[in-house]
Amino acid sequence: MKQTFTKKMWRETGSAYFLLSPALFVLLLFIIGPIVFAVFLAFHKVQLLGTTSFEFVGLDNFARIANDTRAKIALWNTLKYVAIVVPCQTILALVLAATLNAGLKGQKFFRIVYFLPTLTSSAVLTLIFMWMYNQNGFINHVLEAVGLPTYNWLGDPDVALNAIMIMNIWSTAPYFMVIYLAALQDIPDSLYEAAELDGANAWQKFWHITVPYLRPVTSFVVVMGLIGTFQLFDQSYIFSAGSGGPNNSTLTVVLLIYQYAFKTLGTMGYAAALAFALAIIILIATLIQRKLSKEESLY
Amino acid sequence: MKRKIGIGKALLYVVLVMYAIITLIPFLWALSSSFKTLEEIVSGTMSFVPKQFTLDNYKQIFVEQDLFPRWLLNSVIIAVAVTILNLLFNSMAGYALARLQFPGRKPLFLIILAVLMIPAQVTMIPNYLILKQLGWLNSYQGMIVPTMINATFIFMMRQFFINFPKELEEAAELDGLGRFGIFFRIVLPLARPALAAQAIFVFMGSWNDFMRPLIILSDPQLFTLPLGLNSFKGQYISYWNYIMAASMVFTLPVLVIYAFFNRYFIKGISFTGGK
Repeated sequence: MKQTFTKKMWRETGSAYFLLSPALFVLLLFIIGPIVFAVFLAFHKVQLLGTTSFEFVGLDNFARIANDTRAKIALWNTLKYVAIVVPCQTILALVLAATLNAGLKGQKFFRIVYFLPTLTSSAVLTLIFMWMYNQNGFINHVLEAVGLPTYNWLGDPDVALNAIMIMNIWSTAPYFMVIYLAALQDIPDSLYEAAELDGANAWQKFWHITVPYLRPVTSFVVVMGLIGTFQLFDQSYIFSAGSGGPNNSTLTVVLLIYQYAFKTLGTMGYAAALAFALAIIILIATLIQRKLSKEESLY
Repeated sequence: MKRKIGIGKALLYVVLVMYAIITLIPFLWALSSSFKTLEEIVSGTMSFVPKQFTLDNYKQIFVEQDLFPRWLLNSVIIAVAVTILNLLFNSMAGYALARLQFPGRKPLFLIILAVLMIPAQVTMIPNYLILKQLGWLNSYQGMIVPTMINATFIFMMRQFFINFPKELEEAAELDGLGRFGIFFRIVLPLARPALAAQAIFVFMGSWNDFMRPLIILSDPQLFTLPLGLNSFKGQYISYWNYIMAASMVFTLPVLVIYAFFNRYFIKGISFTGGK
């Protein structure tokens, strides 16, 4: 009896590892291996000329971050971007979802339309917006028509990052809207009915039932938003043709990592150190968010 | 009382329609620009209807840049291969983690969860060096193999299989099917909704990916669409009629897929987003 049991166990272990083998292969070679390798890189100076060579430099790469003006600019730009885009896209997503969920006709049509930006590649969206942001382009014409000041969206260091923010709020909000929509279906109607009996108006129902009920989802949306916004790259790269310009105004941390890793010689180890710094910043930001949302739910 | 509700409803419609317009304008503007002549583009008109409707831009981009069809082919090959491999391998891994008892199961599951937290930038540089060592830079396999599994979807498939009725598998076992027979003939066909949602997200992710091809591919012959589009923009920077026509060509396939499968998109997001 015991014999067959072990045999069955062996067989089950065998099938399990067979089923897991492709995943394990990729996990080891392209994810876990590279993480270990990245730690190694962060403590070395890497030369790619001819054969790759590594020179141990201790904590130099990390110390260098503190003296790197471009790193400070990149971090500042990224933080500004995160601080504005995450709240805006979250609120917009929530408002759109609640409006869509109000039981109006044509709900499905609007949902399909709203979702379009999410489907389109970041490269295409960035090009469309660059065309609209053109000095003699669509957006400036609209601003002029309603009597607002126009901007040199692409060339003025003071507005270039804002141009990317507007574009990305517009393109990411619908994705989170769908997450909210799914959660809205779960709110029991009886809650709203009870509130109506108490004489609550639409705004009160939204503020006192919908928003609190969705708090766990909001927490998820904010964390996903933080992770996504901290990693801004494609749009900045295409906007500035890889330079982060004008005058470093669209330089993000990931774009800087890319430049140090692949565009300048001998700074790959430093880029790896920056990548770790970014990972730690993202981790801290999500932990703070978790803590805040937990404290909020105590009320 | 009744009138008040009417006004509220009208207000909601105003919000919905306004936002629909905001969403559609960039696409309509791009579409209309792709049918305009260069003169009209340069003159900076505001009209959505081209003064002189022309299909020349669409013809011209294929003449000016004869690699367009090649880029399209590269994108299709890579995205289709990545999607098929992900569906198969993520399901296999998810099933093993959900249903089979074996030593190492728990630590493996925790590792997969931990991997979800690591931002791609950390592994990006070592990945480049590893692919360089393997001689896989500028190759399809360099694009496909590292992305042929996805921790998020392994996790999603595990959750799916945990809630999957065990009775079916037990009945199949009584009928003499082995583990693999059960998995490939019974379980996988019944997992179709989860697979459809996953397929769409993996395909879109691969199709739209910009950073990985930017790092791995330097030979224009092997560019994928987003990368090709970016280099095309570099060459024809003020020819916005061409750039918009090219953008429209690249967006169309995704819109067609979306038109057919849009209910799975919504399902898929609630799948990955929900829990």
